[in-house]
Amino acid sequence: MVSGLAATCAKGECLRMRKLLILVAALVVVHVAFLFVQPSRAALPPSDKAVNVGIVLDVGGLGDKSFNDGAYRGATRAEKELGARIRLIEPGEGSDREAGLRLLAAEHMDLVVAVGFIFTDDITQLAKEYPNVNFAGVDYSLSTDKAGNPILPPPNVAALKFKEEEGSFLVGALAALVGKSKKVGFVGGMDVPLIQKFEAGYKAGVKYVCPDCTVIVQYAGVTPEAFRNPGKGKELALNQFQQGVNVIYHASGSTGLGVFEAARQTDKLAIGVDADQYSEAPGHVLTSMVKGIDVAVYDMIARVKDHTFKGGIYTFGLAQNGVGYVYDEHNRALIPDSVRARLERIKADIVAGKIVVPSTR
Amino acid sequence: MTTTEARLSTAAQPPVAPPVDRTARRTALEEAVLPAVVALLVAAIVGDILILTFGQSPGTVYRLLLEGTWGNAYGLGQVLYKATTLTFTGLAVAIGLRAGLFNIGAESQLAAGGFVAALVGLLLPAGMPALLTLPVYLIAAAAGGGIVGGVPGVLKAKFGAHEVITTIMLNFIVLALLNYLTAAHLKVEGSLHTAAIHSGALPRFSSYIEPFHGSAANVVLFIALVTAIVTWWFLFRTRRGFELRATGLQPEAAEYGGINVGNVWWRAMTLSGALAGIGGLNFVLGYKHYYEDSFASGAGFLGIAVAIVGRNHPLGVVLAALVFATISQGGLAVNAVVPKQMVDVLQAVVIIAVAASVPEVRRMLRKAR
Repeated sequence: MVSGLAATCAKGECLRMRKLLILVAALVVVHVAFLFVQPSRAALPPSDKAVNVGIVLDVGGLGDKSFNDGAYRGATRAEKELGARIRLIEPGEGSDREAGLRLLAAEHMDLVVAVGFIFTDDITQLAKEYPNVNFAGVDYSLSTDKAGNPILPPPNVAALKFKEEEGSFLVGALAALVGKSKKVGFVGGMDVPLIQKFEAGYKAGVKYVCPDCTVIVQYAGVTPEAFRNPGKGKELALNQFQQGVNVIYHASGSTGLGVFEAARQTDKLAIGVDADQYSEAPGHVLTSMVKGIDVAVYDMIARVKDHTFKGGIYTFGLAQNGVGYVYDEHNRALIPDSVRARLERIKADIVAGKIVVPSTR
Repeated sequence: MTTTEARLSTAAQPPVAPPVDRTARRTALEEAVLPAVVALLVAAIVGDILILTFGQSPGTVYRLLLEGTWGNAYGLGQVLYKATTLTFTGLAVAIGLRAGLFNIGAESQLAAGGFVAALVGLLLPAGMPALLTLPVYLIAAAAGGGIVGGVPGVLKAKFGAHEVITTIMLNFIVLALLNYLTAAHLKVEGSLHTAAIHSGALPRFSSYIEPFHGSAANVVLFIALVTAIVTWWFLFRTRRGFELRATGLQPEAAEYGGINVGNVWWRAMTLSGALAGIGGLNFVLGYKHYYEDSFASGAGFLGIAVAIVGRNHPLGVVLAALVFATISQGGLAVNAVVPKQMVDVLQAVVIIAVAASVPEVRRMLRKAR
């Protein structure tokens, strides 16, 4: 078409028309030249020997300081220590979830990991279509049959479940021991069973060390928006601090950023969730209840490498280091040695089964 | 009305195009095609530089991108699926812009259309033939989107409330409401979606052509193409369409010419919302067969870019939808070597390049004559 333009333009007009065509031609030349540039550290070809792992993240993507970053950490550790090859996909919209899983499954990855309960249906469906590919779903939600028994996922799917209530139990005990005011606080995100698990464990932990303590429980809302509302989080936290609470545990996504802000402002303490959130308010983060998504992902990759991967339900609790609390140089000053010792005893008791932590309120 | 119509049509822009000679047609074609070519080339070069900053080879990345989209039936199917939704939202925004209205609410209109369609699907008895249910779904989706689009239209016509403000705000309200209804009442436990519709699910291409297996492309694509043709016919071949365009070009002159501008405004917004709403069928009827919270996730907003890049012409919208769908699906294919954000940036560069190159290239073309 371009040559046709040049041929048919009348005399005199051609000069400027030609200018435009030169521009187009120049752009084409530059682009084509770029196509042949081969930087030194260009993409590695997939390897037959290494374990090839594909990971599809939740829509939040990398940099959420919690969930997705946790999965990524586990994968990078496996890359270093187990020589795994990692392919990461960050879906942009709902239909990309299935598309991302499918791309990876079609490449016959050794393991495809999906991060977030929202992938449950997609994994189930794809696992049936690709029976030779292993899948792992973080927080895969198990449906129950009419009798109330959980329905097992397809045989090539590992459902990774976490005992958030056990970690919450420990930080509950810690809050009551450090708080000293007989009142401790809890700020939840969306009022759903998953978050109620945190609340139940936390309350039980408080009551275990301090039977006459009260726990003020508040939720930021009933929609997923409640996980993204720092303003509301701050409001709830300030209110609780005013009622005499000295320590608040949040399980509320980025709403918790408001809780940290309130703790900093009133010089009180907050407890983080999912990942070590110390850096959100240094000096005001008592500890964080960490959920070892990295541990779980790493574990799955290691199993695939050893050819011991099996589908089924995998539970990560205190015993498997799947959940826990942070104790390091940053918060050592906030936690007296006697309290630390007590917590470790409680932890041992939970692992040994002497303490049974409730998961519903 | 008919007399003013006649007066206007002879004076300004005849609704029926006169026979155009070949040079004029060629000029029009050049003005339509060349800016897009220049813009895509500029975007490609910016993409090259971005890819190089990540230490990857542009050749490899573009090859992966093409292989993952047009290079195989599955990728192509995904592109067509995404292009289907974008065609609807693009047409919606284009209709608004033709009437001089900037509809930022396609996102919530799309979601509302899908939601109402899914509700209807839950109420219909099981086992009804798709041929019978399709009109019902079309009406339901159009009504869902049309109401959400019509409210700002009426507010504009009656009270002069600016449609940009009202459509943006309605996005928040409608999306929050749908989210609440889904999360609190309609969801299947352990998910964020409703139960599956009982009847009238439309087949995917993969049930006829095996290589499409797994891709979400479905027959709603044909509804999109027919809608694009009907939209073109409406805009350029009917009186109402003419009134709409006249209002968009110069509302005062249109009013003087006897057009009830207020009526045109609310009708255009309702139509715009209805078009976006029908787009919801692509997901609900063609793909998942249920409503899932935030399934729209940006397709409505991207519709603005599609309309602008497609220069508010139905054919342009379809082509622009294909371009953006390719970038979106290609982004997944190259995600292994470059981060997702790079693809988002590339998408933005296309929009900026088109916005900037259209006036510039046209100026150069005009000078050339």
